[in-house]
Amino acid sequence: MTDPLNASLENKSGYDGPDSPYSVGWTRPKKVILADRDNPLPLDCGSNFYPVTVEYETYGALNKAKDNAIFIIHALSGDAHAAGWDADWEKDNRPWRGDRPGWWDQMIGPGKAFDTSRYYVVCANILGSCYGTTGPWENGPRSGKPYALDFPVVTVEDSVRLQVRLQDYLGIKQLRAVAGGSLGGQQALAWAINYPDRIRSAIILAASARLGAQGLAFNAVGRQAIMNDPCFQGGSYYGSKPPASGLEVARMLGHITYLSNSSMEGKFGRRFQNGSRPCYRLNSEFSVESYLEHQGRSFVQRFDANSYLYLTRAMDYFDAAGAAGGDLASACSAIQARLLLIAYSSDWLYPSKDTRAIAKAMLANEQPVSFIEIPSGYGHDAFLLESEQTTPLLESFLKKV
Amino acid sequence: MISSKRWDHRLIFSLVEPGSSVLDLGCGNGELLARLIEKKQVRGQAVEADHDQVSAAFQNGVDVYQGDLNRGLPEFRTKSFDYVILEKTLQVLTRPMLVLEEMLRIGDACFVSFPNFNFSGVVEKLLETERMPVTEALPYYWYDTPNIHLFTLYDFIDWIEDHQVVIIDGYAAAGETWRHLKLPEDSKSAEELLFLLRKE
Repeated sequence: MTDPLNASLENKSGYDGPDSPYSVGWTRPKKVILADRDNPLPLDCGSNFYPVTVEYETYGALNKAKDNAIFIIHALSGDAHAAGWDADWEKDNRPWRGDRPGWWDQMIGPGKAFDTSRYYVVCANILGSCYGTTGPWENGPRSGKPYALDFPVVTVEDSVRLQVRLQDYLGIKQLRAVAGGSLGGQQALAWAINYPDRIRSAIILAASARLGAQGLAFNAVGRQAIMNDPCFQGGSYYGSKPPASGLEVARMLGHITYLSNSSMEGKFGRRFQNGSRPCYRLNSEFSVESYLEHQGRSFVQRFDANSYLYLTRAMDYFDAAGAAGGDLASACSAIQARLLLIAYSSDWLYPSKDTRAIAKAMLANEQPVSFIEIPSGYGHDAFLLESEQTTPLLESFLKKV
Repeated sequence: MISSKRWDHRLIFSLVEPGSSVLDLGCGNGELLARLIEKKQVRGQAVEADHDQVSAAFQNGVDVYQGDLNRGLPEFRTKSFDYVILEKTLQVLTRPMLVLEEMLRIGDACFVSFPNFNFSGVVEKLLETERMPVTEALPYYWYDTPNIHLFTLYDFIDWIEDHQVVIIDGYAAAGETWRHLKLPEDSKSAEELLFLLRKE
């Protein structure tokens, strides 16, 4: 759910360039059709959906035994470009990729937590997103026009069902790990519950079994901002002016939830944007305002408003205990994977206690589990920023599973 | 290779049945449980409150749950582990009795070790210096000690007798040498104690 751009801006150590020994180097997105008329993708909403294209990237090499594959799962606004430098950014008209590496480059690469000299790392754009995998922006086969709001309402479980098809397509029986933060962490949990024998471990960062009422409320306001934008036109804005101001506000609101009170104080405090005195005006006066506006503006350059609606809704619906009548322990009893749960102390969007609840469910089942709360002031963003603290944990874990 | 020199570590390690299940409360860096998993193929789970220790234990290959024992352990089912271990942790807990009751509920058998405040070396130092004793087993000054509940062998035995708890075995140590508990002399001669207990 965190903005990878923002995370990268905070990267104090700078980027590993494409020639760095710690970078996976130049990357190219791959595409594959994983659902068609003969083999549609069954969705939770009841429809059998096709066609479905998936954009994904791979780093490192699959070994002979095919037991070194790791699926990385991105969050709300992420994409398949998890590491390295996109060689196709100009061709694909993705200028935001020109001057920065993939969103989890600090964690993926030779010698990094997800060590691409050991592991075959795969990251796919999730269902309903706008970075190459089928979503509301894509032309529907019957109408020949973008789906817009005719796109089916998709869920976290649907997204995982599609990733399972990618696993089969790549010829991998069992993944060494699935790993993700936030909405990506929820997908990792859904993998562990719904496909217990397909993964050896799940690494779940800054995520919970369900979003609380406060999280639902923030998502609702974000969606309202988009849908109330006069440019929204019932979602059919493709080919005309998109609901940019609505998406901007949704993103600004989202950013507030990704930071902590203390990180905002530290970063901005009450500083004025220009000089040390007020200008007695109503537009962008404080640093924190102009930061949020900048985040909003850059987001609308690269994200589709309808995808935002669909993915936040998927996040809302996810309830790992739902199928078990609300009993999380019963839901988790299917899990065979070794589970690593990491929470961050100042995260209030997916608070530590909610991640802990998954651990408690595992303990109640007499299933082994690791739950670690990393001290951090970064709020929810911490899962992208605290790579120094997270790396040694993941390294030792991945070697043992 | 993980090595361990602590007498209670070595003793617990030798007493745990291979292939059993072990819950280590306040596992520290996880050395003991990691050895039990590696050498005795136990099913292990650890609980630890201190983040740095959690991190170390995890990197030693132990499944560790970061949590505060003083809240009790309601997520663990009754009789769900063959052994529960509480090694030199009882005296730092704000709710030691709650934790003892919980571990006796969860485990078939429980290892509990602790420093004995009635150890002659402690008492003599107290009387001699008229200050809180600083010894090898109690290596802290009064103002920075984590030990908020200091007690003696008989304090512990009183509690056991009041709570339908059975002593399966007891061990007394001074320095690195230990023996089976002997009463009453070990009330004074034991620097540290280790009990194997179960609920009646």
